[in-house]
Amino acid sequence: MIKAGAHMGELLLELTGVTKTFPGVRALDDVRFTLKTGEVHALMGENGAGKSTFIKIITGVHKPDAGEMKIDGRTVRFNEPREAADAGIAAIYQHVTCYPDLSVTENIFVGHEIIDPRTKKLNWKRMRELSGQYLTQLGADVDPKAIMGTLSVARQQIVEIAKALSINARIIIMDEPTAALTRRESEELYRITLQLRDEGKGIIFISHRFEDMYRVAGRVTVLRDSRYIGTWNVDEISQDKLIYSMVGRELTQLYPSKRNGIGKEVFRCEGLSKTGYFADVGFSVNEGEIVALSGLVGAGRSEVCQAICGYWPFNAGRLYYQGKPVRPRSPREAVALGIGYLPEDRQKQGLILDWSILRNITLSTLKQHSRAGVPLPVKERETAHRLSNLLNVKRSSLQDLVSSLSGGNQQKVIVAKLLAGQLKFMMLDEPTKGVDVGAKHAIYEIMRDLTAQGIGILMVSSEMPEALGMSDRIIVMREGRVARVFDAVGATQEEILRASMTARTEVIA
Amino acid sequence: MPMNAIDPRGVGSPLVKGARSLLSRYSWEIMLLIILALTNALNFSISPYYKWGKLLDATNLFLDKGFLAMSMTLVILTGYIDISVASTVALSSVVMAVSYNAGAGVPMPLAMVICLLTGAACGAFNGLILVKFSELAPMIVTLATQIVYRGIALIILEDKAAGKFPSWYPNLGWGYAGVFPVMMAAFFILFIVFAFLLHKTNYGRTVYAVGKNKLACRFSGINVDRIIFTNFTLNGLMAAVTALFLTSRMGSTRPNVANAYEMDVIAMVVLGGVSTAGGKGRMGGVLISIFIVGLLRYGLGLININTQVLMMVVGGLLVLAVAIPEMRFGSLIRTRKPTVPASVKA
Repeated sequence: MIKAGAHMGELLLELTGVTKTFPGVRALDDVRFTLKTGEVHALMGENGAGKSTFIKIITGVHKPDAGEMKIDGRTVRFNEPREAADAGIAAIYQHVTCYPDLSVTENIFVGHEIIDPRTKKLNWKRMRELSGQYLTQLGADVDPKAIMGTLSVARQQIVEIAKALSINARIIIMDEPTAALTRRESEELYRITLQLRDEGKGIIFISHRFEDMYRVAGRVTVLRDSRYIGTWNVDEISQDKLIYSMVGRELTQLYPSKRNGIGKEVFRCEGLSKTGYFADVGFSVNEGEIVALSGLVGAGRSEVCQAICGYWPFNAGRLYYQGKPVRPRSPREAVALGIGYLPEDRQKQGLILDWSILRNITLSTLKQHSRAGVPLPVKERETAHRLSNLLNVKRSSLQDLVSSLSGGNQQKVIVAKLLAGQLKFMMLDEPTKGVDVGAKHAIYEIMRDLTAQGIGILMVSSEMPEALGMSDRIIVMREGRVARVFDAVGATQEEILRASMTARTEVIA
Repeated sequence: MPMNAIDPRGVGSPLVKGARSLLSRYSWEIMLLIILALTNALNFSISPYYKWGKLLDATNLFLDKGFLAMSMTLVILTGYIDISVASTVALSSVVMAVSYNAGAGVPMPLAMVICLLTGAACGAFNGLILVKFSELAPMIVTLATQIVYRGIALIILEDKAAGKFPSWYPNLGWGYAGVFPVMMAAFFILFIVFAFLLHKTNYGRTVYAVGKNKLACRFSGINVDRIIFTNFTLNGLMAAVTALFLTSRMGSTRPNVANAYEMDVIAMVVLGGVSTAGGKGRMGGVLISIFIVGLLRYGLGLININTQVLMMVVGGLLVLAVAIPEMRFGSLIRTRKPTVPASVKA
């Protein structure tokens, strides 16, 4: 399957027959992988496919049970992460692992500080110079003296990359680096990644976003169920084929097609404003309709949803639910009306992780499942069983802890919790964030099912293909205001991007 | 993936499995029962005055704190803490004594109701502050109200004693209802109420939920503020119940009664297996640990051990309670947890 790629280089890293077993689970089974100098090699696969374990073997966190790893043709065996770092391997993670209270320079040089040979003291001056040098080399405007915690996630990642340069890393692993970045920041990261590639580094790029892969990678390797599936040149494989190889079954279409008409208005807001967050936001959602709320991270989309569901108070504006003016003062009142909100951070805002699936599902509807304040287990199990079957939550039993589920299945549990109530309007805040492509498809199917039942959906989405593929209309927010509204049919990614990024024109009230 | 996952729970007959899961589920309570037995053995060995026949009487010495431990369990389960309870006991006791003895005087039953209302009001005030200013630390807020409540008691009564209660009133703390002391009977009735509330009702379920993840609870439409407010109000109310029994036993009251009660109460709750981080612990464990702390104090008191030393022993028990789950041999008590296959993790 491997064909000569456009980016020919010397073989830098080679793994063959890598196998790793944890008690009860085979995490990697005969996996192979190659990386050349001056190459970006994407590693893709569903959550749980074995990508993380594979990376941990390269970085020396885990030792493989079998298999061989060669750098520059020489066999290496790491006993600890330190040895991998010494061999020129660095990893940058989605959730940056830094010391937030230390300066940029200190973060870059932690673990390999420069010591003045005469005085035996730390040579801060030199370290600051070098830090500045690395950061300039990356084209990043970051002050070496700044405190790490005050920087944005994107900047922190750049510092981590500078750290990789400081140890002369030749193999740089980026683990879902764009997951927490805005569009503009992602662009910056692409630029840096390509620059590093052109300097001859080998880069392993892990991402769930196809766009990342198409933008930076030359080759892509897919893992599925702990096994090696194949390696292709990016420009020679279609997205459908790639999805098929990751999921192992044909997803005829990532975005299932619409199968219902649009009914009367279910929700409308007018002139919604909250000082410092958003101003004069107005839109409506009809029964059976999906409206996407698009825009850059920080444009105020989540805040609007949270204000509508009563979590935040707002200064001005009117809400109408099924034509009647409403003003929920808490998510509880919103749910009682029929307005539900699926928060963006499912682990912090949506779930009680070490509770069972069953208890999470009935959490917000205890009243329905009880008599005189005492829960009725039979009724609870009935609902949980029905909804987790409906949404196809993978489980061995309803008593499984939610923390043991994959991201996509956790998301399904939260959706199930929302469905346990009688909702007519649902706000889904980044419903597919961080879930793999199979689970994404499942969530889209669920959304279609919901609209077929006449539920109106407002979907906050940062992924433009998702907004285009799923919604009927797209509302683009920019700096707290509605910038433009598109009909999904006929709209293009470029138009949406332009609307969400046009230069600052107004100041938020 | 399921195809190569091995059942980590291993093999065994259903009976063995059932017993093992029961053992692992209630490992903390079982350990507490062992400690309770050891405490008793220790007490028998060090004092000739420690006798089975006297134990029923002895419960009167510590069950007043037991009332508080039950409501404190709810407070701590939500991740909060209330260290103003001792002052609340003092204030409700003083208010009751003063209103009974004041000029015209109110009838004793009414004075007792006033006592309960005072306690509930103190707790409600704590709850209100913590709900309205959610960024304040519960420890600091209740430390402040601890000083305020006892201060009010001092202003009302100055440094004097108030008493002269009706002749039937001491029966509350000293009398018997059948074979059991009145206080013990009241305690167990309330224990059943609290255990039911915590383990069998929606309210109890949401108390645990709030302790685990407040934010998720809010987004799930749970009235978090009401739960916190109610818990604190209940805690104040139970402080007043404590005041009723304590005052009855003492025959009179002073503004400095129930000094440092909060330490024993919190010790009882935490030793009972309730996590100060919230969301974990059961009423049964607290029940056993009330008896451990109480009987230990009683036994050591019999051989005239200094109060300071008593506090040290309680402190030591507390450190033990916090440390044991962290220690290696914790895995000997519990049966091994099923390992989660890496492939199903996010």
